[in-house]
Order: sequence, then structure tokens, then C-alpha cells
Amino acid sequence: MSETRALIEAKGLRKRFGTIEAVRGIDLTVERGQVLGFLGPNGAGKSTTMRMLTGYLVPDAGSVRIDGHDLATHPLEAKRRIGYLAEGAPAYMDMRVEDFLAFVARTRGYRGAEVRERVDRAVARVHLEPCRGQRIETLSKGYKRRTGIAQALIHDPPVIVMDEPTDGLDPNQKFEVRQLVRELGRTRAIILSTHILEEVEAVCTRAVIINKGATVFDGTPKELDAQVPKNIETNRLDHVFRTLTARQTKAAKGGSR
Amino acid sequence: MSDAPQPPPLPSALARTLSIARREFAGYFATPLAPVFLVMFVALSALLAFQAGGLFTRGSADMRPFFQWQPWLALFFMPALGMRLWADERRSGSLELLMTLPVTTADMVIGKFLAAWAFACVSLVLTFPLWATVAWLGDPDHGVIIAGYIATALLFGTLLSICACLSACTRNAVVAFVLSVAVCFLLLMTGYGLVQDFFARWAPPSIVEAVASMSSLVHFHALERGVLDARDLLYPASVILGMLAINGILLHWKAAR
Repeated sequence: MSETRALIEAKGLRKRFGTIEAVRGIDLTVERGQVLGFLGPNGAGKSTTMRMLTGYLVPDAGSVRIDGHDLATHPLEAKRRIGYLAEGAPAYMDMRVEDFLAFVARTRGYRGAEVRERVDRAVARVHLEPCRGQRIETLSKGYKRRTGIAQALIHDPPVIVMDEPTDGLDPNQKFEVRQLVRELGRTRAIILSTHILEEVEAVCTRAVIINKGATVFDGTPKELDAQVPKNIETNRLDHVFRTLTARQTKAAKGGSR
Repeated sequence: MSDAPQPPPLPSALARTLSIARREFAGYFATPLAPVFLVMFVALSALLAFQAGGLFTRGSADMRPFFQWQPWLALFFMPALGMRLWADERRSGSLELLMTLPVTTADMVIGKFLAAWAFACVSLVLTFPLWATVAWLGDPDHGVIIAGYIATALLFGTLLSICACLSACTRNAVVAFVLSVAVCFLLLMTGYGLVQDFFARWAPPSIVEAVASMSSLVHFHALERGVLDARDLLYPASVILGMLAINGILLHWKAAR
């Protein structure tokens, strides 16, 4: 029964910063086995939405339920089920990779030998072995990102939220992360934001495009592709992305390219 | 269900708090801050006690010259310890990581404060050679010296709780330092003759007394002389608890925006 229950359920999320309405009523439902690609131009409200989904920001209106637990009323139960890679993969830069991962494991409830075991598994999973003893501030962008991913996966969460997980990675690393997401997505609910449209085709079972804080598309990558006129043969997703997001931008005289 | 990922059970509040405190405490030693702080603190403590306080020349086997300078050393050293507690987390983005882990605001606030306080107490413990010297040269009242150490530790805690709170107001550690020195200075000065004389000139004695009772210095000196009064213990305890509560509210308030 619980296999089909929505692991992420967000309803009517709204967030305002001063006079800017960053998110204007977003609904999201992600079930186990789904990988949702979260798309939108810069400043569309992707990160703000993800921050509300993971409990960093408190929404002005709306609710988030993680595996049935309301994030506002039962934050710990909800947060313990989420693995979150925040934008830019923030970490404690003066810590060594394995100490940082051990800190996250301990804070999440592992004890004694389990901590070590969890760290080893996470390190192996994202191939961090060469730099596990290194300080995070000395790592390359790719390894920093992997440390962030390792931290998000350390407790085997049923819900994973990743803000641009492949940003700054080289093609090999991108390939590896995509493979990992595909594999994890079989038994979990995953939301990942990205700017790379091929990524949606490669790993996502669903795509949601938002623009100016509101959803402009919600469907499978196939349905997204179906919106493109037949005569366009290359960069089809780019085309539909531009059409969906520029329409409103132009109408509002936004002026982004 | 069999391959469904299962995160570990929630750790106790104590375990979560200690995990955060442990990371924070280790963080001091991950940078040159710890050795610089400890060496400078012990060296300046000794210098002030011997040179300015005349520890040897006054011909009395006690540590009053040492303790009398502690509030003024703390005025700079405690803000140096407390300034980065929250400002750095905010600036580096690690606050997002911390706040999306399954921990409560109280776990974070208390954990970080305890780490800073423990570090301050370590620096105080390192001044024990002074005590040993006094004990070797004369026959001091060890009870009074212990009271002096307790008074100093409580003063450190009081000032640190204020610094932690101010650090939560900004993402700039230097701003947090300057604000902390200013506020701590005011708090110490209200017990100083100069300020009390100013009030005594026009205000009724009850007000003068109220102003003096707000000062850390008055309670510090009472304890440091070895006079145990419940009010002098209650004062630091209530300031610390009050400041930690405000610290938590500030974090919440900032998270909501």
C-alpha cells in the first residue's frame, strides 16, 4: 500500500520576499519510483520551492507532506526521510570529507561502527575515495558536488531533493550522477532541478516547468516533446522550454533574452 | 517493502545537540583560531595579572589580580569566539544544510553555544599554572580561587550567549564581532562606578540598584570574592537562557524570509 503513496505532496506553495512573489501557488506530487525534473529559467522559483520542500524556508501559504508527515507540524519525522543537496552543495569547508560525512551520519542517528560503515558506503557510491581525507575547501568543484551528494544519500532516504546535482561536473561525472539517480529513482521519490534539458530525457520520468513562480508544464518528457512542432528536429526540448517560459516573460515585459 | 530505503530512527535531543556541539568544537581546531586564541588568552591573562595586577608584588597569596582582569579580556575574546557561530553558517550556506537535517532549533542553538562555551572553559583551564604557582608560593584560599574560576566561566557563558545571538543577526562575522564588543561593553559598564555615579546623581537608589543588578560585572565580582548568593548564579543562568531563546527566535524569523 505504502508503495504507491505519494512520498512528496506539496500543495499551494507560496513565498514572497519583500515585494517579489517568488513562488505563486505550486503543487507537486511525487510517488515512489518517480524522478521529477524541475525546470525553469533562472529566478523562476526552483530553489525557493526546493527550500520549502526540505524545510529550510517556511512557506507563506500551502503545505508539504513527506511520506505522509506534515513538514510544518512534524518537521523531524519529515526531514529524517529527506536527502537534500542544496544549491552549490554547501558544506563545512574546513572539515575533511569523511569527518563531514560522519557528522551528518551521527546527526541523523547512526552510532558507533554504523557511522563508519555509512561513510564508507556513501564514499564508495559517489567515488570519493581519492579525497576522503582531504579538506572540503581544497576539493575541485566536481568533488565538492559529490561530497554534497554523498551527504544527501548517507541515510538511505526515501525522498531525495537535489538542486542542480550535475552543475559544474565534467561529462563523465555527469554520466555517473545520472546513472546513480536512475538507479536510486527505482525505489525512491526524487526531485532534481536542472538547466540541462537532455538530463530530463535521460533520467526523469516526469518534468515540471515553472516560470515566474507558477507551473507552466507538468507531464512526462514524452508529453513535453509532443508539444514541439514536427518540423523542428534538433534541440526540440530547448524549443519547447523557450516557448513555455518566454511566452509569459515577454507578456510581462521581463526581458530575459 | 523489502528494497524500500529506510532511514535510521530519530536520535534523542541530547544526541542531536551533542553531535552539533562536537562538530562546532572540532571546528575551532580545524583552523588556526584555536591555537592563536588559546596562546593569546593565556599569555594576556598572565601578563595582565603579573604586570597590571601585581600578582607577585602585592604580597598576598590569592588570584584576585588574575580574575579582576578577566571581564576585560572576555570583552574581546568572547566576541572573537562567538562572532562566527551563525554569521559564517549563513555566509557559507551551511545553515541550509544544518536546518534541513532532522534537528530542532533548540538542538542547534544549544549545541553551538555549548561548543563555544566549552572552548572558552578550555582556555580558562589552561591558566592553571598560575594557580599552581600561587599555591606553591603561598597558602591561598582554594575555595575562593574555585569560586573565581566558576564566576569567570559563568561570565564567559553570559557574554557568549549574547555574542551568539548577535551573530545570528548578520552574515558578516566582523559586524557580529563589533556589535558583540559594544553590547558586552555596555553590559559590563552598567556595574562600573562611572555609570553608577551618573545614575546616582539624579535617579532614586532603587534605579541605581536595578541598573547595577543588570551588570555582569557586579555579579561576577560578588561570586569571584567567594560570596555565594543565589542571585549571582541566577543572573548568568537567566541571561544565557534568555539569549538562547532570542537566538532561536531570530533563526526562525530569518528562516521565514
